[in-house]
Amino acid sequence: MKIALLSDIHANRQAFATCLQHARAHGAEQFALLGDLVGYGGEPAAVVEQAMALAAQGAQLVLGNHDAMALAPPPAPRDRSELGAQWTHDQLSPAQRAFLGALPLTARLGASALLAHASADTPAQWRYVEDSGAAERSMDAARQLDPAIRYVFSGHVHEQVLYFLTPTGKLMRFAPEPGVPIPVPQHRQWLAIAGSVGQPRDGDARAMYAVFDDAAATITFHRVPYDHLATAAAIRAAGLPAFYAERLEKGL
Amino acid sequence: MKLLAPGTEIDGFRVGECIHAGGMAHIYAVEYAQAGRSPGFAMAMKIPRMTAGDGAENIVGFEVEQQILSVLSGPHVPRFVAAGDLMRLPYLVMEYVPGETLQDWLDKTPLPERSAEQIAALGAATAHAAHSLHQQNVCHLDLKPANVLVRADGSAVLLDFGLSCHAHYPDLLAEEMRKAVGSPAWIAPEQVVGVRGDPRSDIFAIGVMLYEMATGELPFGAPTTAGGLRQRLWMTPVPPRKHRADVPPWLQEIILRCLEPGAAERYPSAAHLAFDLGNPGQVLLTERGARTEGTPIGTHLRRWVRAAGMHYEPSPLPAHQIEDTPIVMVAVPHDDVTDATLYSLRQAVARSLGIRPGARLACVTVVSPSASSASDSERSETTLQRQHMARLRQWAQGIDLAGHPVSYHVLEAGDVAQALVRYAAGNHVSMMILGAATHGLQTQRFIATVPMRVARDAPCTVILVKQALPFAQLDRG
Repeated sequence: MKIALLSDIHANRQAFATCLQHARAHGAEQFALLGDLVGYGGEPAAVVEQAMALAAQGAQLVLGNHDAMALAPPPAPRDRSELGAQWTHDQLSPAQRAFLGALPLTARLGASALLAHASADTPAQWRYVEDSGAAERSMDAARQLDPAIRYVFSGHVHEQVLYFLTPTGKLMRFAPEPGVPIPVPQHRQWLAIAGSVGQPRDGDARAMYAVFDDAAATITFHRVPYDHLATAAAIRAAGLPAFYAERLEKGL
Repeated sequence: MKLLAPGTEIDGFRVGECIHAGGMAHIYAVEYAQAGRSPGFAMAMKIPRMTAGDGAENIVGFEVEQQILSVLSGPHVPRFVAAGDLMRLPYLVMEYVPGETLQDWLDKTPLPERSAEQIAALGAATAHAAHSLHQQNVCHLDLKPANVLVRADGSAVLLDFGLSCHAHYPDLLAEEMRKAVGSPAWIAPEQVVGVRGDPRSDIFAIGVMLYEMATGELPFGAPTTAGGLRQRLWMTPVPPRKHRADVPPWLQEIILRCLEPGAAERYPSAAHLAFDLGNPGQVLLTERGARTEGTPIGTHLRRWVRAAGMHYEPSPLPAHQIEDTPIVMVAVPHDDVTDATLYSLRQAVARSLGIRPGARLACVTVVSPSASSASDSERSETTLQRQHMARLRQWAQGIDLAGHPVSYHVLEAGDVAQALVRYAAGNHVSMMILGAATHGLQTQRFIATVPMRVARDAPCTVILVKQALPFAQLDRG
């Protein structure tokens, strides 16, 4: 079965809808949302509504740090990332907040995969999986949870990366080419970062997500163009900091 | 793993006799167990000697081969049929390609009977096959005579992808290769220091095979130590002509260019190599081709010092790399053509070459077979060929060809468009330049014209050149 992995949607309704449509067109039958449904973006309520609909159809979800922040906004924002938390909180209905509040930090996807927004190593710390060392710690934590776990799927760092253990036990980092199904056989250990649906930061404005095919044992990373200017306009219309809109326009 | 008894069934395949018992794997003839089911070609099953019980890490080469063979296509690789689960029952079912390997050919053909033309044809077939692989972003990295199978029609099929590298897949062998696994006689210098994924490594290996075919010797021997392997980082092999005086200079030139220690000094793509092997008369001869003595020790010493600093460097994607140094072809008309058209073609060629350093230019003209006459010596085939060659050379004189290899070709064919398209396909041409209104086109408004047919059927980019404006203006005046 093909399972679409979507992370860091960040209240970007257009990017989310475009990725879902793209994934269905490419045969995805199930969805896993890897956290940060909200934050930065201008349409948190619409995105959470869509996520709730997917959850009702069996999608797996985990909590992200921005989701947690929207549930309990910091009284005095320390930086730009915290600026909109109170606004997001106020946009969400009590039912939507309750839905976010019930999301787990990690979740299993079948017998062999683990979902975690950031590192699976003490997930509540939201550690960034930025290099091979961090990836190794996350994979170790997953293996300790259950040796049957061969795949860890995460987000949080807003880029698409595949980490893998070589036959000699060394952890390697691989930058995937979009659209290429990469063999990820189950006898090895893999950590895939799906990238960000709603807030790419690599200078390319296209949305990112990945599709895991458990039967074929492949993972395909995708880059999908969407109407990012409309999203930026929605952010400005909502009265959120202009920086949130500008970074979407530039993909930074 | 012990030999399977004929008749054994594995995952729906019935095992026949063992065709080959190699060091790493057994190969069996197989067919579908289900009566009447056939893929339309003979099949072979490869089973590694190692099993999952020996630890999956021991069969990583087999895993690499499974991954890469299953996504390769085209006539230069065996067709992939099925693969068994690596942990449970590792096997690979693929097309069984009849033919003999270059190793078989080397074993049965005594040195004096190997002609330069024969060697060039085998080398060109291998280079075409390697190019097809590189276009699919795969480097073979273990080319040797035993891994090149030649079909009855002369085309080559590459075997054994256990050490290959796919640019878009995580490289499971990246770590191991630092210690240069591979076949020591044929491995390229950059592979010795851990570079995987440079298509020019395969060109080096083809050079070693050509050397072996031409002289019966291995240019760097078959080293067994790390120091012996590193020799090729700085050493120029003994020129083939010293082993065998009748090796023609053009063949030596090609072989030694393939064997340059620095990848940048070799052919930029296997298509360029195939091109030279297919056109011996137009190989640009340098001092390399004429050499009959080995390189002085002082030169080797200097290079040895420089080679000591060689280290691991990532390479660009194979498909990008070979596109950067394309073969550009220009179709030069000879009948009914204005100076303005010839001028515009020259301008277009100069512009195209100017932004592509290292690109090679093939100037092609197509003549009708009926133009020549067996009785009239003025119109004899060779006289006409010579005249057309001279015209092509003259046409190209106005182009700044600095750094661009160039060659001239007179094709004889009734169907001009078909001849151009076939030439482009046969030589892996990346871009064809031809006049938009040439080849007797004005009169044929309602039928498929030559440029239209070429644009539709060519396997490459086609640039249709319109006549330059100044000439038209002058004519009008």
